Order: sequence, then structure tokens, then C-alpha cells
Amino acid sequence: MITLQPLRWGKPYESIELKDVVHFDTGEPIAKFGTVGGGIVGRDMKKADKAREALLKYSCAELIEMSKKAADLFENAELPVGDSMQSVDQFVHQQSASTGLPEHMCRSNLKKNSFVLSNMDEILDCLTRGLDLSILSKGYGEEGRGVIVSYQAQTPILGAVLPNNSPGVHTLWLPAIPLQIGLALKPGSQEPWTPYRMVSAFIEAGVPAEAFGLYPGGHDAGGAIMAKTSRSMIFGSAQTVAQHAGNPKVQAHGPGWSKILIGDDVVDDWEMYLDMMVESVLSNSGRSCINCSGIWASRHTREIAQAIAERIGPVDVLPPTDENAQLAAFTVPAMATGTYAMVQQDLAESGVTDMTADYGEKLIEREHCAYLRPMVLHADSPDRGVAMKEYMFPFVSVVECPQAEMLRRIGPTLVGTVLTRDQNFSRAAAACVEIDRVNFGPIPTNRLNWLQPHEGNIIDFLFRSRAYQVADMPVAATTA
Amino acid sequence: MSSVESSIPEAVAKSAAEARDRLNEHTLKIVHWHFSEETGSPFWLGKKSEFNFDPLKDIKSFDDLRKFPLFEDEWLRGGPINRWVPKGHAGKPVYVFETGGTTGIPKSRMVIEDHWKDYELFSDTLPDEYFPRGSNWLMLGPSGPRRLRLAVEHLAQHRGGICFCIDLDPRWVVKLIKKGWMEHLEEYKKHCIDQAITVLTAGHDVKCMFATPKLLESLGEALEDRGTSLQEIGIKGIFSGGTEFTPQWTRFCVEELLGGPVEEGGVFMTPTYGNTLMGLACSKPISADDGYKISYYAPQPRAVTEVVSFDDYNQVVGYGETGRVKLYTLTDEFFVPGFMERDEGEREAPFATYPWDGVSGVRPFHELASATTVGVY
Repeated sequence: MITLQPLRWGKPYESIELKDVVHFDTGEPIAKFGTVGGGIVGRDMKKADKAREALLKYSCAELIEMSKKAADLFENAELPVGDSMQSVDQFVHQQSASTGLPEHMCRSNLKKNSFVLSNMDEILDCLTRGLDLSILSKGYGEEGRGVIVSYQAQTPILGAVLPNNSPGVHTLWLPAIPLQIGLALKPGSQEPWTPYRMVSAFIEAGVPAEAFGLYPGGHDAGGAIMAKTSRSMIFGSAQTVAQHAGNPKVQAHGPGWSKILIGDDVVDDWEMYLDMMVESVLSNSGRSCINCSGIWASRHTREIAQAIAERIGPVDVLPPTDENAQLAAFTVPAMATGTYAMVQQDLAESGVTDMTADYGEKLIEREHCAYLRPMVLHADSPDRGVAMKEYMFPFVSVVECPQAEMLRRIGPTLVGTVLTRDQNFSRAAAACVEIDRVNFGPIPTNRLNWLQPHEGNIIDFLFRSRAYQVADMPVAATTA
Repeated sequence: MSSVESSIPEAVAKSAAEARDRLNEHTLKIVHWHFSEETGSPFWLGKKSEFNFDPLKDIKSFDDLRKFPLFEDEWLRGGPINRWVPKGHAGKPVYVFETGGTTGIPKSRMVIEDHWKDYELFSDTLPDEYFPRGSNWLMLGPSGPRRLRLAVEHLAQHRGGICFCIDLDPRWVVKLIKKGWMEHLEEYKKHCIDQAITVLTAGHDVKCMFATPKLLESLGEALEDRGTSLQEIGIKGIFSGGTEFTPQWTRFCVEELLGGPVEEGGVFMTPTYGNTLMGLACSKPISADDGYKISYYAPQPRAVTEVVSFDDYNQVVGYGETGRVKLYTLTDEFFVPGFMERDEGEREAPFATYPWDGVSGVRPFHELASATTVGVY
């Protein structure tokens, strides 16, 4: 059985506190990982400068090349992970076994992470708007207009408290390494696989091991990462996001409440967009913040909901190795039962209809896990509570709302796909501050263009643009 | 007989048998005290009528305590507190110590001198080399209506020293965690550590201290930030407890916080396990060779710990096997004939210093773990 141990700035640490990673369906241990507490994390964070120093020995361009090599290794090679060598197939199998994600979705997330890493040069070029990356290394430089620009690194390392169930989010911290910022990661207890394999790929590609800290552990370890790093990201619930709101040191990622907004001018042609809507709801088993949880239109909403229900309602549980599996398991069964109870509460409200009611039982309980089959709810008004809900399974509410009220009522929306040719509605949607990533046209909410910033530009998070003035020093008077 | 039982040295087995005899005798004496009309507490005398046995006649050994229903700590919530005071101690000054109480009514335990006696016994286990008699102490733990605070102060006085304390309200700490006010939590921790550093740097010749694991960790870190260390500031002996204690944390503490084992780092640290109901259990000496394993032994016969089956709380598990921790308190002030602690662990064999059962690997009971806030200060 594979054992993963903490990594302390490149040095493996043999923890004597080992926890099991268990198979979601059988409950059998499939791996062990050693944990550390906040004390060890705190001590290591005092040496965080060394991580950046190690990276600064290489130029951003060199680190980008290493990242590309790491992408290839991550996606294709057998790599040392923990005390074992890990093939791609083993990685996929292990990740699926502990997270409950079907294997083909694990492969898809693997490719997504690899894609981002292998296109790092273009991504950084776009995120920095073409800045010479040596300016980030040096802290200042001449951009070409005769004016010095300065970007000051706000931290030697990026801390991250990583999630248990979403292997796709790891793309967010990958740019740190080519930006010469070290990484202190607390892997999720059910998904240590991506961070461990990715760090291994980076090191095999030539990135100095001193740049990496991997700290599996409990809340204590995560808390220490958050408290002791100047810049960190955390993945959690709406409550987690609210807890860190307004804190410039923390980038909190939570529910997305991503939506599709259909303008009055095109809503009569809604059937043209059905595939796009289904993909937005169903992809990655509806687990992502970029999955669509709300479709808003002024009319035809029942028909839209009915059509989506006909497409995703019959989706059933399949073995994780099945290429057609669309549903991920809830590895903590109580999360499924709790979620289902919340949906039942949503349905108790007048004006809310379960359009998937004809497709059988939704809550499928197993001995060690549970599943929720897709649900499509119709809400006759944005006043219904369900209009603002997002759950961790393929779930969408189709909300009837006049176009004139839409942008005022949608609430926070990570990805907003706007379907309209109406210039006024487009302008209003572009100006709507509730929408983070905006798509105009039939772009599924889950399809991200990685050349665009996601929930804030990581460059702005890690670096600060500031004034940097330089004048020649006068020559000192000669002393006898 | 299990392989562990058969490997217990003959001398230890003999001592264990003698200790058991003393426990049986002590049990009889304590049961008679608590259930005699002249000496018992109103609570237990009242409870007596609910039993289908007569404690005065039917309890003949420690094992007979299983006839009692399990002690419910909910009985300790609310008053009147006086119902717990044994008549035999009427008129004596009484302390009340509380647990919980972040919201609602806390659980209260009356104490007269138990905390002094427990810590005097504990004092006998401390090496004078690292807990020099006459030196002063720092109590880096909860203040307020806590047994620990007064007990540590008494320990210092018993050993000829004076105890400095800090203000720390654990109920506020729990509220901060529940509200998710982590920045406030961090600041409150700093506030506590600042108080400790003020004491330690004020020329009071403090050489010994009690600290919870988290506060010890924070203190060590804060001292390092100031360019000094626990050793440099004069600390020689630490006893730690009050919250969960793991071998991994102990290893971190010894290797990284204290500069190595006592022979190298010069600071002795011993874990303890206890609560307001039972008192204090000492640890078998910890070492790297033993994987920093922590084994606790209750101050028998005043208190007893058992490791019992998850399915049958009257069935002790085999040595090395896992079960839930069951506590007994058998003093003339307080009687607990079996309380299911919120912890689990492995049953440990007797050894020369403590010839009775111990418990190792103590951690939150798995069925309650997710609902428990541990290590809050």
C-alpha cells in the first residue's frame, strides 16, 4: 500500500501519525498518509524565503520550460509518489477510489491540469498583459514606454488548503512556480493524489525541491498555513468564503452559483442551446463551481426544465470504471442525505416543481457512500429559495424571471453565460458586478479559457504594482 | 492468557495483584462512605433508592462497581451543588470546578481537597532535577472556574514555589472557533502568550511550567521570534495536558521545540491526561525508541481507568486492544462508579512504577469525534 509522507521544503518527513485513505465504496484502506500539526507548519513557514530563493536561481523562462516538462511527466510518466512509483493508470485508479469520481473524469481533470501547465507561457503572457517576466523576478524594470514599472512579490510562497473532491481546482495554484513563488500545500485527505503527483512531476522536471511543502493534516495544519503565509487560497463552503471576505491575504474559493441567462430575444429558440445547458449542468458530475446551477429566462422555463430533465433525469449510477459513468459518489454518505433533505425543503416551497420526479429515486445509499441522481427543479419566480441554491451533484433550477429584473436578482455568479443579441442586455450583463467570468454566446459554463483570469488574477494576488523611482546618485566629494 | 499477559514479569504481576487487593479494599471503604446515612452525599443517598441492590451489602470488590449504572455527567449540570457534598465533610470549605459552559449551564464538580491530594501524588512522580524544589512556576492554561488552575498553583506551592498565572477564558476561545473568527482566535492566543512571556522575562526565576500542547507550541514559537527559547529563558521542566496529546506532537515538541531529548535539550516534558471528574493520570516516560508512545496510568486507587469494549462497557478489552476509556473516581469527596469518557485508546499492561492497567493512544472516541471540539486552547 502506498504511503504518502509530508514534504518539508523538499525534505521528506516521516510522520508517526498515519491516517488511512479509504476506498469510497468498500471502505477498505487504499493508502496511508502521514500527518503533521500546525507547529511543524508554523516552523517551516519561517523558512519560506528559502523556497523563493531556490526558485529565483532560475529565470521565469526556465521555470516555464520546466513546467512544460512537468506537464508531460504529470500526464504520461511513471513518477515517484510517496514510497512507490505511480503510473498514470494507478493515479487515475487511486484518485477515483478515494474521491468517488468516475475514472474518465479523473483522466479529464488530469488532462486539464496538464494542459494548463503546458501552456503556462501563454497563460502568464495573458495574465500579465505581456509583461517581461524578468520584471517580476527583479521587482522592477523598463516596460518600453520609458517608464519604470514595478511589481513587488507580496509573499515568498503561496499557501493552499486544497479540497477533497475537486481535482480540477489544482490549476489555480500551478502558476506560482513559474512566477518563482514557492508552494505550501495542505492536500485534501481524500485527494492527496494531484498535489503529490504534481510536485513529483515538478521536481523530476528540474524545479528545486526546496520550493515545495506538502503538509497533510487536520484543521490545525490548514489553519497554520492560512495564518502563517502572506498569501493563501482555500477551497470550501459559502461559510468559508464569507469568513475570509475582505481579507487581502486570502483568496477563498467556494460555491460558484454559475448561471445561464437567456435573453428575451432568443428564448423562443431555447432548444438550440439545450446541449450547451445539459453539459453545463452535468459535466464533472455537477461538482464544480463552474457547473451551472441556475438557468434564468422570462418564458419557456417549464419547457426548458422539462427538456433538461428528459436528458439528465435518467442518468443512473454506474461503476467508476465505466466510460459512461456520469455520477460521482458522495464519499461521506451523510453529505448526500443532508443535501437531499435540503432539496426536499426547496421543493416544499409553493411554486417549485421537481421536473425529474418521474425518473425514480434520487438518493442512492450504499454501505460506505451515497449518490444523488440528477435533479432539475422549476421555480416560477426568483423569489423562490431554490433560485439561489447550488449543490454538489448535477442539480439546476430553471427560474422564471423577467429579463428586466434578471441582473438585479441573480446574485453572485462565478460564470455567467449570457445568450442574447440584444446590445442593451449585453452591455448591462457586461457591467453587472455580480458576474465574475462572463461568456457571451453559447459557451458552456464549465468551459474555461485559461488565458483569462479566474476569480481574480493570480498576478494581482501575488504581486503588487507600485511606484519605483530611480535617480542617479551624485558623485561623492573626494576626500583627501 | 494473552501473550502480553504472559510477558508481564513475575514481580510486576505480584505487585499488580497487591495493587488490586488495595483497590478492592479502597472500593469497599469508599462505597461505605458515600452510601452511609452519616457520611454520604444527598445525591448518592437519593440515588440509592433507585438501585435494585444495596451498595452497602452487595459491593464487595472493585468489579462489583459494575452493578451501578454508568455515571452520567449530565447529573452535574445545574444545582444545587450542595447535593454532592458528602455529609461526612459538612462544614468544610468547598470549591466548585466547571467544565463546558460555553453555552448553557456548565457541569460542576465540588471539591474540597481532592485536587491538592491528586497533585501532591503527581508531584512525587516529577524528577527534582528538572522540577527543582523551591523554583517558581508558570501556569499557561485556562483560568476561571477550572480545577487545573488551582491544582497547578497548589503543585507549585507544595514543591516550595510560587505559581504565576495568565488570564485565559476557554469558553471565549470555543465561541471564537464556532463563530469562525480565526483572526480573533489568533489574536487571543497572542494575548495569552504575551502574558506568559511577560512573566517569564520579569525576573521571577520561573523554572517549571504547565502548558497545554497548543500554548506550549505557541510559546516556543514566540520565544524563537524574540531570539530566545524555552531553555534560554530558564525553563527546565514542563508538564503538559488539558487537550489531546499525540505521539507525533510529542515528537515535534521534543525534537523541534525543546531541542532534543532531555539529555540534549535540557528540558523535561511529560504528558498528562485528566479531567475535572478524575484528576490526573501520569505518563510512562516517553522516548523516541518507543515511537513517542504515550501511556497513561491513573492514580490508583483514588482513580481508575479501564479500556472497555465498544459493544459492552462492562467488558475490559485485551492488552493492546482498542476500546473506549472508562473512568472511576473513588475518593471520599467524589464517587464515580464508571463514566464513559469521550476518548478511546489501547489497553496497556502494568509495569513496575504503575502496577495496574494503563491506556495509550488516547484520542477522541470515533463515534463522537466529529462533534467534538478538541484542543481549543
